[in-house]
Amino acid sequence: MRTKAVRQLGWNTVGIALFVVMVFPVYWMVSTAFKTDDQINGLTPTWFPFHPTLKHFSDAIHTPFFWTDVKNSIIVVLVTVAVAIVLSFLAAVALAKYRFTGRKLFIFLIIGIQMLPGAGLIIPLYVVLARYHEVGKLSGVIITYLTFALPFCVWTLRGFIVGIPSDLEEAAMVDGSTRLGAFVRILLPLVAPGLVATSVFAFITSWNEYIFARILLNDQNTQTVTVWLSYFLGTSRNQDWGALMAGSTLTAIPVIIFFLLVQRRIMFGLTAGAVKG
Amino acid sequence: MAVAAETTPRWSRRRRLSWASVRRGSVPYVLLAPVAAVLAAILGYPIYSLVRLSLQHYTLFELIAHKGQYIGLKNFGSVLHDQIFWHTLVRTIVFTIVNVGLSVVGGTLIALLLVRVSGWVRILLTSGLVLVWSMPQVVAVQVWNWMTNFQNGVVNYVLTELHLGNYYGHDFTQSTTSALGLVTTLIVWGALPFIAITLYAALSQVPAELVEAAEIDGARPWRVFLDVTLPILRPVLLILTSLSILWDFGVFTQPYLLIRQVHIHPSNYLMGIYLFEEGYLKSDYGRGAAISILMLFIVAALAFVYVRRMVRIGEAE
Repeated sequence: MRTKAVRQLGWNTVGIALFVVMVFPVYWMVSTAFKTDDQINGLTPTWFPFHPTLKHFSDAIHTPFFWTDVKNSIIVVLVTVAVAIVLSFLAAVALAKYRFTGRKLFIFLIIGIQMLPGAGLIIPLYVVLARYHEVGKLSGVIITYLTFALPFCVWTLRGFIVGIPSDLEEAAMVDGSTRLGAFVRILLPLVAPGLVATSVFAFITSWNEYIFARILLNDQNTQTVTVWLSYFLGTSRNQDWGALMAGSTLTAIPVIIFFLLVQRRIMFGLTAGAVKG
Repeated sequence: MAVAAETTPRWSRRRRLSWASVRRGSVPYVLLAPVAAVLAAILGYPIYSLVRLSLQHYTLFELIAHKGQYIGLKNFGSVLHDQIFWHTLVRTIVFTIVNVGLSVVGGTLIALLLVRVSGWVRILLTSGLVLVWSMPQVVAVQVWNWMTNFQNGVVNYVLTELHLGNYYGHDFTQSTTSALGLVTTLIVWGALPFIAITLYAALSQVPAELVEAAEIDGARPWRVFLDVTLPILRPVLLILTSLSILWDFGVFTQPYLLIRQVHIHPSNYLMGIYLFEEGYLKSDYGRGAAISILMLFIVAALAFVYVRRMVRIGEAE
Protein backbone atom coordinates (compact mmCIF):
# COMPACT_ATOMS: atom_id res chain seq x y z
CA MET A 1 0.00 0.00 0.00
CA ARG A 2 2.82 2.38 0.82
CA THR A 3 4.63 1.76 -2.48
CA LYS A 4 1.38 2.63 -4.24
CA ALA A 5 1.18 5.96 -2.42
CA VAL A 6 4.83 6.70 -3.18
CA ARG A 7 4.26 5.90 -6.83
CA GLN A 8 1.21 8.18 -6.93
CA LEU A 9 3.30 10.96 -5.41
CA GLY A 10 5.93 10.37 -8.10
CA TRP A 11 3.40 10.60 -10.95
CA ASN A 12 1.87 13.73 -9.43
CA THR A 13 5.29 15.37 -9.15
CA VAL A 14 6.02 14.61 -12.81
CA GLY A 15 2.58 15.96 -13.74
CA ILE A 16 3.10 19.22 -11.86
CA ALA A 17 6.62 19.67 -13.26
CA LEU A 18 5.23 19.17 -16.76
CA PHE A 19 2.47 21.68 -16.07
CA VAL A 20 5.07 24.26 -15.01
CA VAL A 21 7.24 23.72 -18.11
CA MET A 22 4.31 23.79 -20.56
CA VAL A 23 2.57 26.81 -19.09
CA PHE A 24 5.74 28.82 -18.47
CA PRO A 25 5.80 30.60 -21.88
CA VAL A 26 2.22 31.78 -21.37
CA TYR A 27 3.06 32.95 -17.86
CA TRP A 28 6.20 34.67 -19.13
CA MET A 29 4.19 36.53 -21.78
CA VAL A 30 1.59 37.84 -19.33
CA SER A 31 4.04 38.61 -16.53
CA THR A 32 6.45 40.43 -18.86
CA ALA A 33 3.58 42.60 -20.06
CA PHE A 34 3.16 43.88 -16.48
CA LYS A 35 6.86 44.33 -15.60
CA THR A 36 8.72 47.61 -15.56
CA ASP A 37 11.34 48.26 -18.24
CA ASP A 38 14.15 47.79 -15.70
CA GLN A 39 12.84 44.38 -14.73
CA ILE A 40 12.48 43.38 -18.38
CA ASN A 41 15.89 44.58 -19.50
CA GLY A 42 17.83 43.27 -16.50
CA LEU A 43 20.33 40.51 -17.17
CA THR A 44 18.86 38.26 -14.49
CA PRO A 45 15.19 37.51 -14.99
CA THR A 46 12.58 38.93 -12.63
CA TRP A 47 10.35 35.95 -11.92
CA PHE A 48 7.34 37.83 -10.65
CA PRO A 49 6.10 41.31 -11.66
CA PHE A 50 6.13 43.09 -8.28
CA HIS A 51 5.00 46.69 -8.81
CA PRO A 52 3.00 45.82 -11.96
CA THR A 53 2.55 48.55 -14.55
CA LEU A 54 0.01 49.02 -17.33
CA LYS A 55 2.42 51.19 -19.33
CA HIS A 56 3.16 48.51 -21.92
CA PHE A 57 -0.51 47.92 -22.64
CA SER A 58 -0.98 51.61 -23.21
CA ASP A 59 2.14 51.66 -25.43
CA ALA A 60 0.87 48.71 -27.44
CA ILE A 61 -2.59 50.08 -28.12
CA HIS A 62 -1.13 53.46 -28.99
CA THR A 63 1.22 52.06 -31.61
CA PRO A 64 0.26 53.36 -35.03
CA PHE A 65 -2.43 51.32 -36.73
CA PHE A 66 -3.23 49.04 -33.76
CA TRP A 67 -6.91 49.90 -33.69
CA THR A 68 -7.16 50.01 -37.49
CA ASP A 69 -5.68 46.54 -37.67
CA VAL A 70 -7.93 45.20 -34.91
CA LYS A 71 -10.90 46.57 -36.84
CA ASN A 72 -9.59 44.94 -40.04
CA SER A 73 -9.20 41.60 -38.30
CA ILE A 74 -12.72 41.78 -36.91
CA ILE A 75 -14.20 42.63 -40.33
CA VAL A 76 -12.31 39.85 -42.08
CA VAL A 77 -13.16 37.27 -39.44
CA LEU A 78 -16.85 38.15 -39.13
CA VAL A 79 -17.47 38.14 -42.88
CA THR A 80 -15.52 34.91 -43.34
CA VAL A 81 -17.39 33.12 -40.56
CA ALA A 82 -20.82 34.39 -41.62
CA VAL A 83 -20.39 33.36 -45.24
CA ALA A 84 -18.75 30.05 -44.36
CA ILE A 85 -21.36 29.02 -41.80
CA VAL A 86 -24.42 29.78 -43.95
CA LEU A 87 -23.07 28.09 -47.08
CA SER A 88 -21.52 25.11 -45.36
CA PHE A 89 -24.56 24.40 -43.19
CA LEU A 90 -26.54 23.60 -46.34
CA ALA A 91 -23.79 21.35 -47.65
CA ALA A 92 -23.42 19.66 -44.26
CA VAL A 93 -27.15 18.82 -44.20
CA ALA A 94 -26.82 17.30 -47.66
CA LEU A 95 -23.87 15.15 -46.56
CA ALA A 96 -25.40 14.08 -43.25
CA LYS A 97 -28.99 13.41 -44.28
CA TYR A 98 -28.92 12.34 -47.93
CA ARG A 99 -27.33 9.57 -49.96
CA PHE A 100 -26.65 10.62 -53.54
CA THR A 101 -24.30 10.06 -56.44
CA GLY A 102 -21.12 12.09 -56.09
CA ARG A 103 -21.28 12.16 -52.30
CA LYS A 104 -18.01 10.28 -51.96
CA LEU A 105 -16.24 12.62 -54.37
CA PHE A 106 -17.49 15.64 -52.45
CA ILE A 107 -16.31 14.21 -49.10
CA PHE A 108 -12.96 13.45 -50.68
CA LEU A 109 -12.60 17.04 -51.90
CA ILE A 110 -13.66 18.54 -48.56
CA ILE A 111 -11.07 16.53 -46.66
CA GLY A 112 -8.39 16.79 -49.32
CA ILE A 113 -8.62 20.59 -49.50
CA GLN A 114 -8.04 20.87 -45.76
CA MET A 115 -4.77 19.01 -46.18
CA LEU A 116 -3.34 21.51 -48.68
CA PRO A 117 -0.59 23.54 -47.00
CA GLY A 118 -1.23 27.28 -47.07
CA ALA A 119 2.32 27.90 -48.31
CA GLY A 120 1.60 25.82 -51.42
CA LEU A 121 -1.35 28.05 -52.32
CA ILE A 122 0.17 31.51 -51.92
CA ILE A 123 1.47 31.80 -55.50
CA PRO A 124 -1.74 30.94 -57.39
CA LEU A 125 -3.97 32.87 -54.96
CA TYR A 126 -1.71 35.91 -55.16
CA VAL A 127 -1.53 35.91 -58.96
CA VAL A 128 -5.27 35.31 -59.45
CA LEU A 129 -6.24 37.94 -56.87
CA ALA A 130 -3.78 40.40 -58.42
CA ARG A 131 -5.50 39.86 -61.76
CA TYR A 132 -8.81 40.92 -60.20
CA HIS A 133 -7.23 43.82 -58.25
CA GLU A 134 -7.94 42.18 -54.90
CA VAL A 135 -4.39 42.40 -53.52
CA GLY A 136 -4.18 44.86 -50.63
CA LYS A 137 -7.90 44.65 -49.97
CA LEU A 138 -9.68 42.93 -47.11
CA SER A 139 -12.10 41.30 -49.57
CA GLY A 140 -9.15 39.48 -51.14
CA VAL A 141 -8.11 38.16 -47.74
CA ILE A 142 -11.65 37.01 -47.01
CA ILE A 143 -11.61 35.02 -50.26
CA THR A 144 -8.41 33.25 -49.23
CA TYR A 145 -9.79 32.56 -45.74
CA LEU A 146 -12.85 30.91 -47.22
CA THR A 147 -10.59 28.35 -48.87
CA PHE A 148 -9.94 26.79 -45.47
CA ALA A 149 -13.01 27.97 -43.51
CA LEU A 150 -15.57 26.43 -45.90
CA PRO A 151 -14.23 22.85 -45.94
CA PHE A 152 -13.62 22.96 -42.20
CA CYS A 153 -17.16 24.13 -41.44
CA VAL A 154 -18.76 21.62 -43.81
CA TRP A 155 -16.89 18.72 -42.23
CA THR A 156 -17.41 19.79 -38.61
CA LEU A 157 -21.09 20.69 -39.00
CA ARG A 158 -21.69 17.39 -40.75
CA GLY A 159 -20.37 15.69 -37.60
CA PHE A 160 -22.82 17.62 -35.41
CA ILE A 161 -25.80 16.93 -37.69
CA VAL A 162 -25.02 13.22 -37.97
CA GLY A 163 -25.14 13.05 -34.17
CA ILE A 164 -28.81 14.03 -34.14
CA PRO A 165 -31.04 10.96 -34.19
CA SER A 166 -33.16 10.97 -37.34
CA ASP A 167 -36.02 9.32 -35.37
CA LEU A 168 -36.89 12.75 -34.01
CA GLU A 169 -37.16 14.22 -37.45
CA GLU A 170 -39.15 11.26 -38.75
CA ALA A 171 -41.52 11.43 -35.81
CA ALA A 172 -42.25 15.04 -36.66
CA MET A 173 -42.83 14.09 -40.28
CA VAL A 174 -45.27 11.33 -39.30
CA ASP A 175 -47.10 13.94 -37.25
CA GLY A 176 -47.75 15.77 -40.48
CA SER A 177 -44.87 18.23 -40.69
CA THR A 178 -43.19 18.74 -44.02
CA ARG A 179 -39.51 17.98 -44.27
CA LEU A 180 -38.72 21.67 -44.09
CA GLY A 181 -41.01 22.10 -41.09
CA ALA A 182 -39.38 19.19 -39.33
CA PHE A 183 -36.03 20.64 -40.17
CA VAL A 184 -36.73 24.09 -38.77
CA ARG A 185 -38.52 22.98 -35.61
CA ILE A 186 -36.52 19.88 -34.70
CA LEU A 187 -33.11 19.93 -36.35
CA LEU A 188 -32.18 23.58 -36.05
CA PRO A 189 -32.54 23.93 -32.25
CA LEU A 190 -30.64 20.69 -31.74
CA VAL A 191 -27.80 21.68 -34.01
CA ALA A 192 -27.54 25.24 -32.66
CA PRO A 193 -24.76 24.44 -30.15
CA GLY A 194 -22.81 22.79 -32.97
CA LEU A 195 -23.30 25.86 -35.14
CA VAL A 196 -22.00 28.09 -32.37
CA ALA A 197 -18.99 25.87 -31.67
CA THR A 198 -18.09 25.61 -35.35
CA SER A 199 -18.44 29.38 -35.84
CA VAL A 200 -16.23 30.07 -32.86
CA PHE A 201 -13.60 27.67 -34.10
CA ALA A 202 -13.70 29.18 -37.59
CA PHE A 203 -13.39 32.58 -35.90
CA ILE A 204 -10.25 31.44 -34.06
CA THR A 205 -8.59 29.95 -37.16
CA SER A 206 -9.27 33.08 -39.21
CA TRP A 207 -8.14 35.43 -36.43
CA ASN A 208 -4.88 33.48 -36.11
CA GLU A 209 -4.18 33.21 -39.84
CA TYR A 210 -0.89 34.73 -40.90
CA ILE A 211 0.55 33.70 -44.28
CA PHE A 212 -2.30 34.80 -46.58
CA ALA A 213 -2.63 38.11 -44.77
CA ARG A 214 1.15 38.57 -44.95
CA ILE A 215 1.37 38.14 -48.73
CA LEU A 216 -1.82 40.05 -49.60
CA LEU A 217 -1.69 43.03 -47.23
CA ASN A 218 1.37 45.21 -47.45
CA ASP A 219 -0.16 48.50 -46.38
CA GLN A 220 -0.31 49.14 -42.63
CA ASN A 221 -3.80 50.60 -43.07
CA THR A 222 -5.19 47.29 -44.22
CA GLN A 223 -3.31 44.79 -42.09
CA THR A 224 -4.69 42.23 -39.71
CA VAL A 225 -3.65 41.89 -36.08
CA THR A 226 -1.33 38.94 -36.70
CA VAL A 227 0.58 40.88 -39.36
CA TRP A 228 0.70 43.92 -37.07
CA LEU A 229 2.13 41.73 -34.31
CA SER A 230 4.67 40.09 -36.62
CA TYR A 231 6.05 43.46 -37.72
CA PHE A 232 6.24 44.68 -34.13
CA LEU A 233 9.64 43.11 -33.82
CA GLY A 234 11.77 45.02 -36.27
CA THR A 235 15.39 44.38 -36.99
CA SER A 236 16.74 46.91 -34.52
CA ARG A 237 18.73 45.71 -31.54
CA ASN A 238 16.74 47.46 -28.86
CA GLN A 239 13.40 45.79 -28.72
CA ASP A 240 10.43 47.01 -26.75
CA TRP A 241 9.75 43.57 -25.30
CA GLY A 242 7.24 44.88 -22.77
CA ALA A 243 4.99 46.40 -25.42
CA LEU A 244 5.43 43.33 -27.64
CA MET A 245 4.29 41.03 -24.83
CA ALA A 246 1.39 43.36 -24.01
CA GLY A 247 0.38 43.31 -27.69
CA SER A 248 0.73 39.53 -27.75
CA THR A 249 -1.43 39.20 -24.65
CA LEU A 250 -4.11 41.43 -26.18
CA THR A 251 -4.06 39.43 -29.43
CA ALA A 252 -4.29 36.12 -27.60
CA ILE A 253 -7.00 36.99 -25.07
CA PRO A 254 -10.07 36.75 -27.35
CA VAL A 255 -8.72 33.52 -28.82
CA ILE A 256 -8.01 31.94 -25.43
CA ILE A 257 -11.45 32.83 -24.07
CA PHE A 258 -13.27 31.51 -27.14
CA PHE A 259 -11.11 28.43 -27.28
CA LEU A 260 -11.79 27.51 -23.65
CA LEU A 261 -15.52 27.85 -24.35
CA VAL A 262 -15.67 25.50 -27.32
CA GLN A 263 -12.70 23.19 -26.93
CA ARG A 264 -14.70 20.29 -25.46
CA ARG A 265 -17.36 20.45 -28.14
CA ILE A 266 -14.90 20.66 -30.98
CA MET A 267 -12.81 17.84 -29.53
CA PHE A 268 -15.79 15.64 -30.20
CA GLY A 269 -15.91 16.92 -33.76
CA LEU A 270 -12.20 16.34 -34.33
CA THR A 271 -11.83 12.97 -32.73
CA ALA A 272 -15.19 11.20 -32.79
CA GLY A 273 -14.45 10.00 -36.28
CA ALA A 274 -11.07 8.72 -35.28
CA VAL A 275 -12.32 6.74 -32.30
CA LYS A 276 -15.19 5.25 -34.27
CA GLY A 277 -13.05 4.27 -37.25
CA MET B 1 -34.40 8.98 -46.01
CA ALA B 2 -33.64 5.33 -46.60
CA VAL B 3 -36.27 4.34 -44.06
CA ALA B 4 -38.82 6.58 -45.72
CA ALA B 5 -38.19 4.96 -49.11
CA GLU B 6 -38.63 1.45 -47.71
CA THR B 7 -41.96 2.18 -46.10
CA THR B 8 -43.40 3.68 -49.28
CA PRO B 9 -46.27 1.44 -50.39
CA ARG B 10 -45.70 -0.62 -53.50
CA TRP B 11 -48.44 1.06 -55.55
CA SER B 12 -46.64 4.39 -55.47
CA ARG B 13 -43.44 2.98 -56.97
CA ARG B 14 -44.33 4.09 -60.46
CA ARG B 15 -44.81 7.63 -59.34
CA ARG B 16 -41.25 7.86 -58.12
CA LEU B 17 -40.11 9.20 -61.45
CA SER B 18 -42.65 11.99 -61.32
CA TRP B 19 -41.65 15.63 -61.22
CA ALA B 20 -41.97 15.67 -57.42
CA SER B 21 -39.50 12.84 -56.97
CA VAL B 22 -37.00 14.36 -59.36
CA ARG B 23 -37.25 17.51 -57.35
CA ARG B 24 -36.74 15.60 -54.13
CA GLY B 25 -33.75 13.79 -55.60
CA SER B 26 -32.14 17.06 -56.54
CA VAL B 27 -32.38 18.46 -53.01
CA PRO B 28 -28.86 17.39 -51.92
CA TYR B 29 -27.37 18.87 -55.08
CA VAL B 30 -29.15 22.16 -54.52
CA LEU B 31 -27.83 22.21 -50.95
CA LEU B 32 -24.28 21.50 -52.09
CA ALA B 33 -24.31 23.90 -55.03
CA PRO B 34 -23.32 27.10 -53.18
CA VAL B 35 -20.26 25.59 -51.47
CA ALA B 36 -19.25 23.77 -54.63
CA ALA B 37 -19.56 26.92 -56.73
CA VAL B 38 -17.60 29.08 -54.30
CA LEU B 39 -14.84 26.49 -53.89
CA ALA B 40 -14.59 26.09 -57.66
CA ALA B 41 -14.15 29.84 -58.03
CA ILE B 42 -11.75 30.53 -55.17
CA LEU B 43 -9.78 27.29 -55.18
CA GLY B 44 -10.48 25.36 -58.39
CA TYR B 45 -9.68 28.30 -60.61
CA PRO B 46 -6.46 29.26 -58.77
CA ILE B 47 -5.26 25.65 -58.93
CA TYR B 48 -5.96 25.63 -62.68
CA SER B 49 -3.96 28.88 -62.91
CA LEU B 50 -1.21 27.27 -60.85
CA VAL B 51 -0.73 24.57 -63.48
CA ARG B 52 -0.72 27.16 -66.28
CA LEU B 53 1.66 29.43 -64.38
CA SER B 54 4.13 26.61 -63.85
CA LEU B 55 4.49 26.32 -67.64
CA GLN B 56 5.04 30.03 -68.15
CA HIS B 57 7.70 32.62 -67.68
CA TYR B 58 5.76 34.79 -65.25
CA THR B 59 7.36 37.57 -63.22
CA LEU B 60 6.25 40.99 -62.01
CA PHE B 61 6.29 42.28 -65.60
CA GLU B 62 3.93 39.54 -66.81
CA LEU B 63 1.77 40.04 -63.72
CA ILE B 64 1.19 43.66 -64.68
CA ALA B 65 0.75 42.84 -68.37
CA HIS B 66 -1.60 39.96 -67.43
CA LYS B 67 0.09 37.72 -69.91
CA GLY B 68 2.67 35.00 -69.38
CA GLN B 69 4.99 33.48 -71.90
CA TYR B 70 4.73 29.71 -72.46
CA ILE B 71 8.06 27.99 -71.84
CA GLY B 72 7.07 24.34 -71.39
CA LEU B 73 8.67 22.46 -68.51
CA LYS B 74 11.61 24.85 -68.09
CA ASN B 75 10.47 25.96 -64.60
CA PHE B 76 10.38 22.38 -63.39
CA GLY B 77 13.80 21.74 -64.97
CA SER B 78 15.21 24.78 -63.22
CA VAL B 79 13.84 23.72 -59.83
CA LEU B 80 14.90 20.09 -60.19
CA HIS B 81 18.41 21.17 -61.13
CA ASP B 82 18.60 23.49 -58.14
CA GLN B 83 20.85 22.08 -55.42
CA ILE B 84 19.01 24.23 -52.88
CA PHE B 85 15.73 22.49 -53.72
CA TRP B 86 17.15 19.03 -53.00
CA HIS B 87 18.92 20.14 -49.84
CA THR B 88 15.73 21.85 -48.67
CA LEU B 89 13.70 18.72 -49.43
CA VAL B 90 16.03 16.48 -47.41
CA ARG B 91 16.16 19.02 -44.57
CA THR B 92 12.38 19.30 -44.51
CA ILE B 93 11.97 15.51 -44.42
CA VAL B 94 14.41 15.17 -41.51
CA PHE B 95 12.74 18.13 -39.78
CA THR B 96 9.31 16.51 -40.24
CA ILE B 97 10.45 13.14 -38.90
CA VAL B 98 12.02 14.71 -35.81
CA ASN B 99 9.03 16.98 -35.11
CA VAL B 100 6.39 14.31 -35.66
CA GLY B 101 8.38 11.77 -33.66
CA LEU B 102 8.81 14.09 -30.69
CA SER B 103 5.21 15.33 -30.74
CA VAL B 104 3.57 11.93 -31.08
CA VAL B 105 5.82 10.09 -28.60
CA GLY B 106 5.69 13.01 -26.17
CA GLY B 107 1.93 13.32 -26.55
CA THR B 108 1.47 9.60 -25.89
CA LEU B 109 3.62 9.79 -22.75
CA ILE B 110 1.62 12.77 -21.47
CA ALA B 111 -1.65 10.94 -22.17
CA LEU B 112 -0.41 7.92 -20.21
CA LEU B 113 0.68 10.24 -17.42
CA LEU B 114 -2.78 11.85 -17.33
CA VAL B 115 -4.30 8.43 -16.57
CA ARG B 116 -1.94 7.88 -13.63
CA VAL B 117 -1.99 11.21 -11.77
CA SER B 118 -4.54 12.15 -9.07
CA GLY B 119 -7.73 13.90 -10.08
CA TRP B 120 -6.69 17.43 -9.17
CA VAL B 121 -3.32 17.12 -10.94
CA ARG B 122 -5.17 15.86 -14.01
CA ILE B 123 -7.46 18.89 -14.02
CA LEU B 124 -4.49 21.21 -13.50
CA LEU B 125 -2.41 19.63 -16.27
CA THR B 126 -5.31 19.42 -18.73
CA SER B 127 -6.16 23.09 -18.17
CA GLY B 128 -2.52 24.00 -18.75
CA LEU B 129 -2.45 21.97 -21.96
CA VAL B 130 -5.64 23.56 -23.27
CA LEU B 131 -4.21 26.99 -22.47
CA VAL B 132 -1.08 26.25 -24.51
CA TRP B 133 -3.19 24.76 -27.30
CA SER B 134 -5.19 27.97 -27.56
CA MET B 135 -2.14 30.21 -28.11
CA PRO B 136 -2.19 31.75 -31.60
CA GLN B 137 0.91 30.78 -33.63
CA VAL B 138 2.11 34.32 -34.22
CA VAL B 139 1.77 35.13 -30.52
CA ALA B 140 3.60 31.96 -29.54
CA VAL B 141 6.44 32.83 -31.91
CA GLN B 142 6.82 36.29 -30.39
CA VAL B 143 6.86 34.85 -26.87
CA TRP B 144 9.60 32.38 -27.84
CA ASN B 145 11.48 35.18 -29.58
CA TRP B 146 11.48 37.04 -26.29
CA MET B 147 12.34 33.97 -24.20
CA THR B 148 15.34 33.11 -26.37
CA ASN B 149 16.63 36.56 -27.35
CA PHE B 150 20.42 36.72 -27.20
CA GLN B 151 20.60 39.68 -24.84
CA ASN B 152 18.65 38.42 -21.85
CA GLY B 153 16.46 35.51 -22.89
CA VAL B 154 15.13 33.55 -19.94
CA VAL B 155 15.84 30.25 -21.72
CA ASN B 156 19.48 31.29 -22.16
CA TYR B 157 19.60 32.16 -18.46
CA VAL B 158 18.10 28.86 -17.29
CA LEU B 159 20.29 26.75 -19.59
CA THR B 160 23.40 28.54 -18.31
CA GLU B 161 22.35 28.24 -14.66
CA LEU B 162 21.76 24.51 -15.17
CA HIS B 163 25.40 24.31 -16.40
CA LEU B 164 24.36 23.08 -19.81
CA GLY B 165 26.79 25.48 -21.43
CA ASN B 166 27.32 29.20 -21.63
CA TYR B 167 24.33 30.74 -23.37
CA TYR B 168 24.88 34.36 -22.38
CA GLY B 169 24.74 36.43 -25.55
CA HIS B 170 24.05 33.25 -27.53
CA ASP B 171 21.92 33.77 -30.63
CA PHE B 172 19.99 30.58 -31.36
CA THR B 173 19.27 31.64 -34.92
CA GLN B 174 22.96 31.79 -35.85
CA SER B 175 23.52 28.14 -36.74
CA THR B 176 21.18 25.99 -38.81
CA THR B 177 20.94 23.25 -36.21
CA SER B 178 20.09 25.51 -33.31
CA ALA B 179 17.73 27.65 -35.42
CA LEU B 180 15.76 24.62 -36.55
CA GLY B 181 16.10 23.13 -33.06
CA LEU B 182 14.42 26.23 -31.70
CA VAL B 183 11.65 25.96 -34.31
CA THR B 184 11.23 22.30 -33.35
CA THR B 185 10.91 23.19 -29.66
CA LEU B 186 8.24 25.75 -30.47
CA ILE B 187 6.30 23.40 -32.76
CA VAL B 188 6.45 20.41 -30.42
CA TRP B 189 5.43 22.60 -27.47
CA GLY B 190 2.43 23.79 -29.48
CA ALA B 191 1.52 20.33 -30.83
CA LEU B 192 1.75 18.32 -27.59
CA PRO B 193 -1.59 19.50 -26.10
CA PHE B 194 -3.73 18.48 -29.09
CA ILE B 195 -2.07 15.06 -29.33
CA ALA B 196 -2.01 14.40 -25.58
CA ILE B 197 -5.64 15.40 -24.98
CA THR B 198 -6.91 13.49 -28.01
CA LEU B 199 -5.02 10.37 -26.96
CA TYR B 200 -6.20 10.74 -23.38
CA ALA B 201 -9.79 10.79 -24.64
CA ALA B 202 -9.06 7.63 -26.62
CA LEU B 203 -7.38 6.01 -23.59
CA SER B 204 -10.56 6.38 -21.58
CA GLN B 205 -12.05 3.88 -24.05
CA VAL B 206 -9.59 1.21 -22.94
CA PRO B 207 -11.60 -1.09 -20.65
CA ALA B 208 -10.10 -1.06 -17.16
CA GLU B 209 -11.01 -4.74 -16.68
CA LEU B 210 -8.83 -5.68 -19.62
CA VAL B 211 -5.80 -3.93 -18.14
CA GLU B 212 -6.47 -5.41 -14.68
CA ALA B 213 -6.90 -8.89 -16.10
CA ALA B 214 -3.59 -8.58 -17.92
CA GLU B 215 -1.90 -7.31 -14.75
CA ILE B 216 -3.32 -10.15 -12.66
CA ASP B 217 -2.01 -12.56 -15.26
CA GLY B 218 1.42 -11.13 -14.44
CA ALA B 219 1.95 -9.04 -17.57
CA ARG B 220 4.56 -6.32 -17.15
CA PRO B 221 3.42 -2.69 -17.69
CA TRP B 222 5.30 -2.52 -21.00
CA ARG B 223 3.54 -5.64 -22.31
CA VAL B 224 0.16 -4.35 -21.11
CA PHE B 225 0.80 -1.18 -23.09
CA LEU B 226 1.88 -3.04 -26.22
CA ASP B 227 -0.82 -5.74 -26.18
CA VAL B 228 -3.83 -4.02 -24.62
CA THR B 229 -3.54 -0.24 -24.85
CA LEU B 230 -1.74 0.27 -28.14
CA PRO B 231 -4.15 -1.71 -30.36
CA ILE B 232 -7.02 0.44 -29.08
CA LEU B 233 -5.06 3.66 -29.62
CA ARG B 234 -3.89 2.63 -33.09
CA PRO B 235 -6.58 4.28 -35.25
CA VAL B 236 -6.28 7.56 -33.35
CA LEU B 237 -2.49 7.43 -33.42
CA LEU B 238 -2.57 6.85 -37.16
CA ILE B 239 -4.72 9.92 -37.75
CA LEU B 240 -2.69 12.12 -35.38
CA THR B 241 0.56 11.03 -37.01
CA SER B 242 -0.73 11.70 -40.52
CA LEU B 243 -2.03 15.12 -39.53
CA SER B 244 1.26 16.00 -37.82
CA ILE B 245 3.27 14.92 -40.87
CA LEU B 246 1.16 17.15 -43.12
CA TRP B 247 1.32 20.15 -40.78
CA ASP B 248 5.03 19.89 -40.08
CA PHE B 249 6.01 19.33 -43.71
CA GLY B 250 4.15 22.44 -44.86
CA VAL B 251 5.08 24.64 -41.89
CA PHE B 252 5.73 28.31 -42.61
CA THR B 253 4.77 30.78 -39.89
CA GLN B 254 6.98 29.43 -37.11
CA PRO B 255 10.30 29.18 -38.99
CA TYR B 256 9.62 32.37 -40.93
CA LEU B 257 8.95 34.50 -37.87
CA LEU B 258 11.30 32.76 -35.45
CA ILE B 259 14.42 32.65 -37.61
CA ARG B 260 13.38 36.03 -39.03
CA GLN B 261 14.28 37.63 -42.30
CA VAL B 262 17.80 38.55 -41.19
CA HIS B 263 18.87 35.00 -40.52
CA ILE B 264 16.80 33.12 -43.08
CA HIS B 265 19.30 31.62 -45.47
CA PRO B 266 19.37 28.74 -48.00
CA SER B 267 21.19 26.69 -45.36
CA ASN B 268 18.14 26.74 -43.06
CA TYR B 269 15.29 26.79 -45.61
CA LEU B 270 12.30 24.54 -45.07
CA MET B 271 10.01 23.81 -48.03
CA GLY B 272 7.45 26.51 -47.18
CA ILE B 273 10.18 29.14 -46.77
CA TYR B 274 11.97 28.09 -49.98
CA LEU B 275 8.72 28.51 -51.89
CA PHE B 276 8.02 31.89 -50.30
CA GLU B 277 11.53 33.22 -50.99
CA GLU B 278 11.92 31.88 -54.52
CA GLY B 279 8.38 32.46 -55.77
CA TYR B 280 6.89 35.36 -53.87
CA LEU B 281 9.81 37.51 -52.70
CA LYS B 282 11.73 37.18 -55.99
CA SER B 283 8.44 37.70 -57.89
CA ASP B 284 9.25 34.65 -60.05
CA TYR B 285 5.70 33.32 -59.98
CA GLY B 286 6.21 30.78 -62.77
CA ARG B 287 9.06 29.09 -60.92
CA GLY B 288 7.19 29.46 -57.63
CA ALA B 289 4.24 27.68 -59.22
CA ALA B 290 6.49 24.79 -60.23
CA ILE B 291 7.77 24.52 -56.64
CA SER B 292 4.19 24.67 -55.32
CA ILE B 293 3.13 21.82 -57.59
CA LEU B 294 6.06 19.66 -56.50
CA MET B 295 5.27 20.44 -52.86
CA LEU B 296 1.56 19.71 -53.28
CA PHE B 297 2.37 16.36 -54.93
CA ILE B 298 4.56 15.36 -51.99
CA VAL B 299 1.84 16.42 -49.55
CA ALA B 300 -0.80 14.55 -51.55
CA ALA B 301 1.28 11.39 -51.32
CA LEU B 302 1.70 11.89 -47.57
CA ALA B 303 -2.00 12.67 -47.09
CA PHE B 304 -3.23 9.63 -48.96
CA VAL B 305 -3.57 7.34 -45.93
CA TYR B 306 -5.29 9.97 -43.83
CA VAL B 307 -7.73 11.14 -46.48
CA ARG B 308 -8.71 7.57 -47.41
CA ARG B 309 -9.48 6.78 -43.80
CA MET B 310 -11.50 9.94 -43.22
CA VAL B 311 -13.48 9.48 -46.45
CA ARG B 312 -14.41 5.99 -45.28
CA ILE B 313 -15.71 7.41 -41.99
CA GLY B 314 -17.65 10.12 -43.81
CA GLU B 315 -19.20 7.57 -46.13
CA ALA B 316 -20.23 5.20 -43.38
CA GLU B 317 -22.11 7.79 -41.32
